[in-house]
Amino acid sequence: MSLVATTPATARPAFLGKVGAGHILLAAALIFYPAVATDFFLTQIGGYSLIFGMIGLSLMILAGYGGMVSLAQITIAGIAGYAVAIFGLNNSNVHGFGWPWWIVAPFAMLLAATASALIGWIAVRTEGIYTIMITLAIATAAFYFAQQNYMIFNGFPGFNGLRAPEFWGVYWRDPVPFYYLCLGCAALAYAAVLYCSRSTFGLTLQAIRDNPRRMRAIGYHVTAHKVFAWFVSGLIAGLAGVLLIWFNGRVSSGTINVAAAINVLVIAVIGGLKHPIGPFLGAVVVVLMQTFAIDIVGAERFNTLIGLVFLVIVFVSPDGILGLWERLKPHLAQDSLRPGP
Amino acid sequence: MSLLDQQRASVEGGGFTRRQAWGLFWLLLAAIVAWLIFAVWPAWLNAVLTSKKAFVSAVMNGLTLAGLYFLVASGFTLVFGLMRNVNLAHGSLYLLGAYIGYEVGARTGYWLIGVAAGFVVLAIVGVLMQVLVFRRLEGDDLRQTLVTIGISIVAADLMLAVWGGQTYQLATPEWLDGAVTLPIITAVRSNGASVFLTYPFYRLVVLFAAVVIGVGLWLMLNRTRVGMMIRAGVDDRAMLSASGVNVHAVFAIVFAVGAGLAGFAGVVGGSALSVAPGEDVRYLLASLVVVIVGGMGSITGAAIGALLIGLAEQIGLVYFPTYGVVLTFVIMVVTLAIRPQGIMGKAR
Repeated sequence: MSLVATTPATARPAFLGKVGAGHILLAAALIFYPAVATDFFLTQIGGYSLIFGMIGLSLMILAGYGGMVSLAQITIAGIAGYAVAIFGLNNSNVHGFGWPWWIVAPFAMLLAATASALIGWIAVRTEGIYTIMITLAIATAAFYFAQQNYMIFNGFPGFNGLRAPEFWGVYWRDPVPFYYLCLGCAALAYAAVLYCSRSTFGLTLQAIRDNPRRMRAIGYHVTAHKVFAWFVSGLIAGLAGVLLIWFNGRVSSGTINVAAAINVLVIAVIGGLKHPIGPFLGAVVVVLMQTFAIDIVGAERFNTLIGLVFLVIVFVSPDGILGLWERLKPHLAQDSLRPGP
Repeated sequence: MSLLDQQRASVEGGGFTRRQAWGLFWLLLAAIVAWLIFAVWPAWLNAVLTSKKAFVSAVMNGLTLAGLYFLVASGFTLVFGLMRNVNLAHGSLYLLGAYIGYEVGARTGYWLIGVAAGFVVLAIVGVLMQVLVFRRLEGDDLRQTLVTIGISIVAADLMLAVWGGQTYQLATPEWLDGAVTLPIITAVRSNGASVFLTYPFYRLVVLFAAVVIGVGLWLMLNRTRVGMMIRAGVDDRAMLSASGVNVHAVFAIVFAVGAGLAGFAGVVGGSALSVAPGEDVRYLLASLVVVIVGGMGSITGAAIGALLIGLAEQIGLVYFPTYGVVLTFVIMVVTLAIRPQGIMGKAR
């Protein structure tokens, strides 16, 4: 895998500069992570962080580039998850049409993206802070609906016994394959978002975020661009949703409850919404906190800790950890320029 | 000024016939509703709508719930309209009010003291939130909203720590218990005797309280100096502060009233229904939808929105149990599609 990454780099030095040393170091570290990590750190921390990083990334596209803060991202991921359960196989004896995974997974993503575009189409009718309210209302309504409806969503118990696919002789829920599956998907999504942000569409979207009136006056279709951003973000959230459901092996209304919806926002905000790497950083921090806060404050009160950390981040650094880094960097640079003692 | 212009424009430009048509429509609707409630239903209608008792009970429950929703949402809408601050911790205020009402009511033995405590304590909490948190982040809507999310996470967890996961039922005093017979005939027995609808007295009191508070709020907003300042602030905050009004004091008052009403609704609602973790999310959703449907910053809008959502929820519960939430959702989407700013909201 590392061979593939380095070959074009040696062939075209410009490519190396374009990708950046930081990215290559990060990729190498992530690729060799399974060599040092235990199974627990591989899936519960690594895979889980990558999945939630992707859901956070889907929010980062909307919030960072589009200026639309959504609380419905977990709902969109959940739609993909429910699609996997309903059209694939499950142990709950409800639905389970048994479609093969290579149809179910893209179909689930597409379904999630379509739902996302619809939610976006509703949400972009109003502006700014209203988006949060509308998406939160949608997320909450979706949660209650999934909880009460037994015909489609099998109500409170949801669906159990969802298995990750087996192909090329590998069961993809085994720790190492699953980690690489998540890493591959996350890298793909991350690269796609970076590419998108510099494309014509990405630049137009950012211009719309900064001044919708002017863009409308120039002749851009503001609503269409925003809705397409929702669609793209829905694809990523849907992909993450499929992975999440393969990881958990189950999906229920609890997967998409309000706490989960807020969790995604917490991840994205703690990490930072200015750059696609932010949500992944935030996911690592939050997942580590959720896993190990139990040892510090007890199993009961870890939500208080996460809430407090979130509050501190919002107060101290609106751009999250990335913002802290940006603020620290000049100081560090100056320190290194200073002559030693 | 702009409001006056708008009104004049609508009178001159909107045409008289259109207003008459709307008037006729509302009259007709009122007549149908009155007939549905007071007439003895023919057999076919009973067959379609299960029974008159079920229908009228659903309507009454819907009205009571609408009263509760109005109490919660009116504070939310005022705070939003004035401060552009989506207080996503509003549901937590409701739940905290309910718990405080329970504690105080159980310790003192007087339910009314519990109600008063719910209002007063939450009003103080509201002022503290405004002074300690929101004033520091003024002008940054997104961060203010994010902070309220953080507060709601911490508050929900701490309330779980203090009061645990069990369900509480606030004891109402005896004079509020029991049922009253309403002059509404639900059915006629074979011997010709009419069966009247009985309804819990307490729920009627809740409805009455909501109406009284609604009228009081309306009077405060439209007839007092503070109300004038609040309305001016909703329209143009910068201009209000430029004309020499202490905006922060106005903000604090609005926050106190809004949070206090949420706490009041918590005690009153906790006595009618029950108190448990998770209720905060339910009432937050209700406030959100009510305010989106009714229009931000408008008390009348909150009343209309609360009526729509309360009725839709209860009627939906009776006639299509698992799709009740969808009905609420559809109302919201339709409102956004036709009138993005909400029924009584002003376009900005």
